[in-house]
Amino acid sequence: MAETPIQHTLKTTLTMMIFALLGTALLAYFFEITRVPIEASEKEARLALFKQILPESAYDNALLTDVVELPPSALLGSQHPTIANIAKLNHQVAGVILEAVAHDGYSGDIKLLIAIRADGSISGVRVLAHKETPGLGDYIDITHGKWIQLFNDESLSKSPPQFWQVKKDGGKFDYMVGATITPRAVVKAVLKALQFFEQNKKMLFAEVKNTTITSVPSMPIQREKP
Amino acid sequence: MTNQYKEITLNGLWKQNSGVVQLLGMCPTLAVTTSAVNGLSLGLATAIVMALSNGSVSPVRQFVPSEIRVPVFILVIATLVTVIDMALNAFAHPLHKVLGIFIPLIVVNCIVLARVESFAAKNDAVPSLLDGFMMGTGLALVLGVLGGLRELVGKGTLFSGLDLVFGPAAKQFVLTVNTDYHGFLLAVLPPGAFLGLGSLIALRNWIEIRKAAKANTTSDMAKSALIH
Repeated sequence: MAETPIQHTLKTTLTMMIFALLGTALLAYFFEITRVPIEASEKEARLALFKQILPESAYDNALLTDVVELPPSALLGSQHPTIANIAKLNHQVAGVILEAVAHDGYSGDIKLLIAIRADGSISGVRVLAHKETPGLGDYIDITHGKWIQLFNDESLSKSPPQFWQVKKDGGKFDYMVGATITPRAVVKAVLKALQFFEQNKKMLFAEVKNTTITSVPSMPIQREKP
Repeated sequence: MTNQYKEITLNGLWKQNSGVVQLLGMCPTLAVTTSAVNGLSLGLATAIVMALSNGSVSPVRQFVPSEIRVPVFILVIATLVTVIDMALNAFAHPLHKVLGIFIPLIVVNCIVLARVESFAAKNDAVPSLLDGFMMGTGLALVLGVLGGLRELVGKGTLFSGLDLVFGPAAKQFVLTVNTDYHGFLLAVLPPGAFLGLGSLIALRNWIEIRKAAKANTTSDMAKSALIH
């Protein structure tokens, strides 16, 4: 017996629905069983990143959950609220980890993670994501060069703002010939983050007492598409 | 039967190689191959997706009306890729960090749908699985070789980033060919991908032409031997 068009349509629709249901069920199942390991490994990856810029001996609190939400700030280059992780040692604020974005890189935004000690000196800086030219501007990334370590132990009291420039512009920071725009942007962003820290010290140090945020901030480490 | 498997393997790896013969899936081929490890890793992930999608479409092929076969196939592929993405993220986090943004791209890689549509929709499960895997492996080889070439010319190293896949212990396997090499930027940038791929296609064609010429001369010789 030949199918009527309506029967045929119904059959086709039903098949599609069954496949969609099966697919959804499979995804839901896998999401459920991988959720905990994914959260754990993201946490671990984040902590490993923190460890690079702030030694574990410098704090004894739950760095991932001791956070302050910061409103969008021009100094941090942020257009959305960001999260600052507060490091504490013996219930005293020992340092702050800030996220900052440099918008004036050679191509696209450069996302930075900056750890600042309570005394205003930099413990470490890392580039989280960038789209700078491979082989030229990418030495700001720790996997391609040690340049970013120039910031270690720098502070506003050690180097006043006029020194926060690449050597070519009269500052104190080295750069590689052929790619000055990238380090210029990073130096500027780190300086502004330090200034943000100085201006908001009270807020950063005070608010931490009564934060009750328990969820891990979800900011996966990104690698930009080449 | 074994002949069929041999044929499938040969097709995937050489005769119908998706990277240098069919030229399908150019987006990852050109974008990811900045290093040998990147290319190989994404190639292997693609091979696994292709084997699984071919293997799972084939058994259900008679239940899928031809009008909706493409959406159903895409649904199956997308589901599998997402599952692999989540599994990698959960159990091989460092590798996921390296490949993370490319894995979702496997869904839109033409070669996956092309093999499902042209092979799995017409053949049994086991040959389909093998076809998907071999086609994927062929692509992985091309990606690996192209990545290795670009890395070698562009940065003077080979297998850099291996430690991201196998842990810090693998760092010793990174070959630095020339420590004083300043890099040839062009090879790492997109034009290098096109030049490198073009060279690989040329190389494959050259080998094929030589093989054909040889076969011709031997058959000519056989013919002339017969005449005399």
